[in-house]
Amino acid sequence: MIYQGKQKIWSDYQKDIPDDHWYYARSCIRQSFFPASEKYFLKICRDLLGKDICDNEHHTTCGGIAYHSDTIPQETAMTIVARQFALMTECGYDNLVVSCITSFGNYTETIETWREFPELEARIRENLWKACRREFKIPKYIAHASDLVYKFRNQIAENAQYRLVDKETGEPLKIVEHIGCHYSKMFPHKGVGGAEYPCVLSGMVESWGGQVIDYPERRHCCGFGFRQYLVKANRGYCVSNTHKKFESMEPYHPDAIITNCPGCPYFLDRWQYVIAEQTGKTYGQNGYGIPVFTYEELAGLVLGENPWDLGLQVHQVAVEPFLDKIGIEYKPSEKYLGLNKEDLLRPEMPQVLKCH
Amino acid sequence: MKENVIIIGGGVAGLEAARQMLSLGLRPIIVEQSDHLGGHVACWHRLFPDMTPARELVAKLVESCREANIFLETTVQSINRLKDGYAVMLSNGVNILSRAVLIASGFKLFDAAKKEEYGYGVYDHVITNRDLENWFAGAEDLRIPREPKVFGFVHCVGSRDIKAGNTQCSKVCCMTAIKQAIEIKEKFPGCEVFCFYMDLRLFGKKYEDFYLNAQRDYGIRFIRGRVSEVSETIDGRVQVKAEDTLSGKPLKIQMDCLCLMAGMQCNPSATSIADMLHVEVDTDGFLRSKDNIYSILESQKPGIFFAGACTGTKTVPETVAEARAAALSIFNYLSR
Repeated sequence: MIYQGKQKIWSDYQKDIPDDHWYYARSCIRQSFFPASEKYFLKICRDLLGKDICDNEHHTTCGGIAYHSDTIPQETAMTIVARQFALMTECGYDNLVVSCITSFGNYTETIETWREFPELEARIRENLWKACRREFKIPKYIAHASDLVYKFRNQIAENAQYRLVDKETGEPLKIVEHIGCHYSKMFPHKGVGGAEYPCVLSGMVESWGGQVIDYPERRHCCGFGFRQYLVKANRGYCVSNTHKKFESMEPYHPDAIITNCPGCPYFLDRWQYVIAEQTGKTYGQNGYGIPVFTYEELAGLVLGENPWDLGLQVHQVAVEPFLDKIGIEYKPSEKYLGLNKEDLLRPEMPQVLKCH
Repeated sequence: MKENVIIIGGGVAGLEAARQMLSLGLRPIIVEQSDHLGGHVACWHRLFPDMTPARELVAKLVESCREANIFLETTVQSINRLKDGYAVMLSNGVNILSRAVLIASGFKLFDAAKKEEYGYGVYDHVITNRDLENWFAGAEDLRIPREPKVFGFVHCVGSRDIKAGNTQCSKVCCMTAIKQAIEIKEKFPGCEVFCFYMDLRLFGKKYEDFYLNAQRDYGIRFIRGRVSEVSETIDGRVQVKAEDTLSGKPLKIQMDCLCLMAGMQCNPSATSIADMLHVEVDTDGFLRSKDNIYSILESQKPGIFFAGACTGTKTVPETVAEARAAALSIFNYLSR
C-alpha cells in the first residue's frame, strides 16, 4: 500500500467546512440504536468546541428509508426534505449538519436534482406551501456530522484522556473504518477523501492514535442495503454481505470498527451474533466479537466519558475487551444501569458469541 | 525550394514528416518539448503485429532526419499570423518565419490514477501499459513480481469512458494488451493471464490472428466485463472484482500484478498551440480537421496542417502514413 498515493487522492477531496453556526438534523433511528451518540455530538460541539448548534424538536424523518425502499415517490421525499430546510430557515441558520448518512445523501441528492431540474424545485416549493404553508432557503452548506468531527479531530485529540493504543504493548490499535454508502458513493466530492478512499473516519482514527486497516472488502456494503434487510425474504443476502466483510477483515485481527452511518454499525454489530449462531464463528479474541462504534462513541471514549453513559451497553458485541486494551476505566456493575441508575435489566446472553 | 516548415512535435509523425520534407527539398524545423525524439514510441519496447523493436524504428527515423533543424527541450511561445505565413517564437529565443506549420504534437497517456477504483499509485502491484513496456525494455520496476503466477490486464482505462471525460476508443490498447499478455506468457510460461475487456476492437492487419494465437497458443483468458474495483490483500496481492458478462457471473480473482491499459488523450500542448492559432478543438478533445474524410490533415486555417494523434487516436502505421501525406500536402501548398 502506497500511503502517499492515498494522500494525493485525499488532497483532491477536501471540503471547506464552515467553522460555526449549524442547524442539526437528527436521525430517525440512531437514537434507538445508539442512544447517546447524537447527545455526545452536541456535547462535543457545544461544550468542548464552543460551537453554536441548533437542535430543533420539530423535524421529522427525512423520508430516506422509505425513498430507498421504493415505498414513497421522489417528490414526496423531496417535500419532506423541503420541510426540514424550512425549519432550518425559520431558525435563522444557513449551514445544515446531518446526523444520518442516508439523510445526508438524500439532502445532497435533492439539491443536486433541483440544480439540474429547477422546475422540480418550483413544484416542491408549491407542494410544501400547500401542505404546511412553509417556505425555505436551500442550505449554503451541508455537512455530515462526521465531517465536523473530522474537522475538529485534532482538537479532540488535544483534549483526549485516552489514545487508541494498547496500554500493554504501546502499539496503535487496529481499527477498521466503515463508511456509509450514501456518504460519498453518489457524490464523491461531497465526502472528505472521496468515494474510493474516504478519509473522514481514518483521519479521526489516526489523529486519536489508532492504525487504520485497509482490507479487501473495505468498500463493500455493510449488508443493510435497505431492501436487502427490509424485505424479509432477502435477509439471508443481507447477512451474507456482512459475513463477507468479516471474513475479509479477519486476518488483520482488528480491535474495533468505526462507522458513520446509522445502519452500518447496527448490522455489523448485531449480525455478529447471528453469524456466531449460524456458523459457530466469532471474529474477536477469545470468543468475543469485534466491537463496533459510532464515531461519536469513539470520540466520547477517548475524551474520557463513562462507557455506560455513551450507551455502549446496548451493543450486541461486548466492548469490555476493547476498553481493557486501552485501559479505560469502567464499572462492570453499572453496565445495565440507565439514567438516574435505573435498572435496565440484564439481557439474555447468547450461546456462542461471548458477551460478558 | 529550400523553404522553412515548422514541425511542432518530434515523435514518429514529426520525424516521418521531416524525412519526407527533406526528400521533397523543404527545410523542416522540428520543435520538441522533451529531451528526446521519437515521442511515446521511443519509450516502447516492441510494436505489434510483427514485434518490431520500437527503438529500431525511432533510430531509423532519427537517422533519416539528420539534415533537419531540431530543437529539443523547446516549446512554442507564440505564433503570429502574417500576411503570407506565420512567425513562430520559440522558448529558446529563436524566431522562425514559415508559410506552413505542421502540428504533430501527438497524444498524452490518460492518467490511470484518475480511475481511483483501480488503485494506480495506491496499491503496490498496479501498473500501466507504459510501465510494463518500460520494464520489457529493461527498466527495473519493483511493482512487477519476479515470478508472477497470475497477471491481469484491464482494457479501456480512460477510453470510452464518459465519467473519465473520454468517449473515444484509443484504438491501440486492445492490441497492445494482447501483445503485452503474450510477452508476459513468453517470460513466465506458468503464469495465468487474464484480459478484462468491453469488446475487442481488432481491426488491423494480422490483429485477429494475434488474438487467436493469444488464446490458442498461449492460453490467455479473455473475460468480457469491466473491472468494478481493485483492492489489496493482506499479503500485498491485488484483488480484482469484475463481472463475466458472457457467463453472467461476478468474479473475484487475486493476482500478483494488474496492468491498466491507459488510453490516449490529446496532448495539452496541442490545445495550447490551437489556442494561439485559433484552431478549433473537436468534441473529443483532439484538434478539429477541416473535415474527417477528405481533408483530415488540414485545419480550418491556411497553412496549418496536422499529422498523427493530435487529431485523434492513431496506430503507428496510420501515423506514419499521415505524416507522409501531410508532408506532400504542405509541399503542394507551398508550390501553389
